[in-house]
Amino acid sequence: MAEEVVLLDFWPSPFGMRSRIALAEKGIKYEHKEEDLRNKSALLLQMNPVHKKIPVLIHNGKPVCESLIQVQYIDEVWHDKAPLLPSDPYQKATARFWADYVDKKIRSFSFSFFIYELGGRVWKTKGEEQATAKKELIETLKLLEKELGDKPYFGGESLGYVDVAFIPFYSWFYALEKCGNFSIEAECPKLIAWAKRCMQKESVAKSLPDQQKVYDFILEMKKHFGNE
Amino acid sequence: MAVVKLFGAWLSPYVFRVIWALKLKGIPYEYIEEDLSNKSPLLLQYNPIHKKVPVLVHDGKPVCESTVILRYVDEIWPQNPLLPADPYDRAVALFWIKFADDKSPIIAKLYRTEDEEQQAVVKEWLEMLEAMEEHVLIGGKKFCGGDEINMVDIAFCMIAHWLGVIEDAAGLKVFEPHKFPRVSSWIQNFKSVPIIKYNLPNTDKIVAYLKRRKEMLLTSKSN
Repeated sequence: MAEEVVLLDFWPSPFGMRSRIALAEKGIKYEHKEEDLRNKSALLLQMNPVHKKIPVLIHNGKPVCESLIQVQYIDEVWHDKAPLLPSDPYQKATARFWADYVDKKIRSFSFSFFIYELGGRVWKTKGEEQATAKKELIETLKLLEKELGDKPYFGGESLGYVDVAFIPFYSWFYALEKCGNFSIEAECPKLIAWAKRCMQKESVAKSLPDQQKVYDFILEMKKHFGNE
Repeated sequence: MAVVKLFGAWLSPYVFRVIWALKLKGIPYEYIEEDLSNKSPLLLQYNPIHKKVPVLVHDGKPVCESTVILRYVDEIWPQNPLLPADPYDRAVALFWIKFADDKSPIIAKLYRTEDEEQQAVVKEWLEMLEAMEEHVLIGGKKFCGGDEINMVDIAFCMIAHWLGVIEDAAGLKVFEPHKFPRVSSWIQNFKSVPIIKYNLPNTDKIVAYLKRRKEMLLTSKSN
């Protein structure tokens, strides 16, 4: 049976990037549909009526919502190639814990929320608020760096679930650094080394937008929402 | 035989999620009650990142975060499965579990917020109830899991038992049963399942605790 896979997406979304990477890792052919979040398509509203958000993975007409659920679904359905989750239940639990940690911490600190919810603390706020947000972000990144340890990837020898969950946010690092006036590499060199290692993989390189492009996008948004 | 330990707190819905899962699968475990105002060194050692309960320790190895624990338990002990076998159905179940997980910490705040902030919390509660009524329980299902409870039912446990106590402590009614007939039936059904029925925290005790906590928070705010 011919598999029909569609991804409703928005190019700067780290959540969309997760699914792009997973699909690429598995070599799945799919139709990529770019959404205009100020003018959401009828298809998006139909496929994700509860949250009305991207990404939405549509497999043979049936929608899967939430990026990490999509990654797990892709990993299960196309299980014969490039496994992302380990088979051992305890290692799987550890991977799920860290992916959940990324979601809880990174998103709430800085990577926000897109267009309508734009207002990540690092660039919107000034002064003390920004200093606090920066400090918390660095602490979070350092903890992740510690978890990585000496492994080439969070998944061990190959790209895994946590790598896929976290690497998309790397495309936002430059924008964060410029807006927050700090260097992530200076604070977390091993993490940046990990990120560059991931970027050498084709599935990651073609799924992440250029960092300058992301920065320009943020500046546009800031202007549009009168942040400057 | 591998030893299973569960670190918990008597009133936490997240802890009860794990208790129910272990009991549904017939897994014996040792329960360790934590005083959340004075956490044990062992808890902090097992959960250094979040420092929270529940923590499941299996064979000396800790698993943290209730949903991660539930999935782990379901995989290690496959009897009485808590998730559908089909990958697509499982993805849908996980979507609703995440939905409940995202809402739960917000809605808990009802008793200790006021004015605009409280109104925002009320809105979240109503969204959760509407989602359950219009999406999760569609088709007049007895449980979210169909004829038997599954992880989705367990994830929505706050509505079944903690909603009432939080409303009491807040002095505010959010849930109007006649507006949510499917949810009302589900609550009755869920709480009739023996493992749930005989494993629920005392509501009077929770209300008293929340009211005390609310007082403490208001006192410290005005100081």
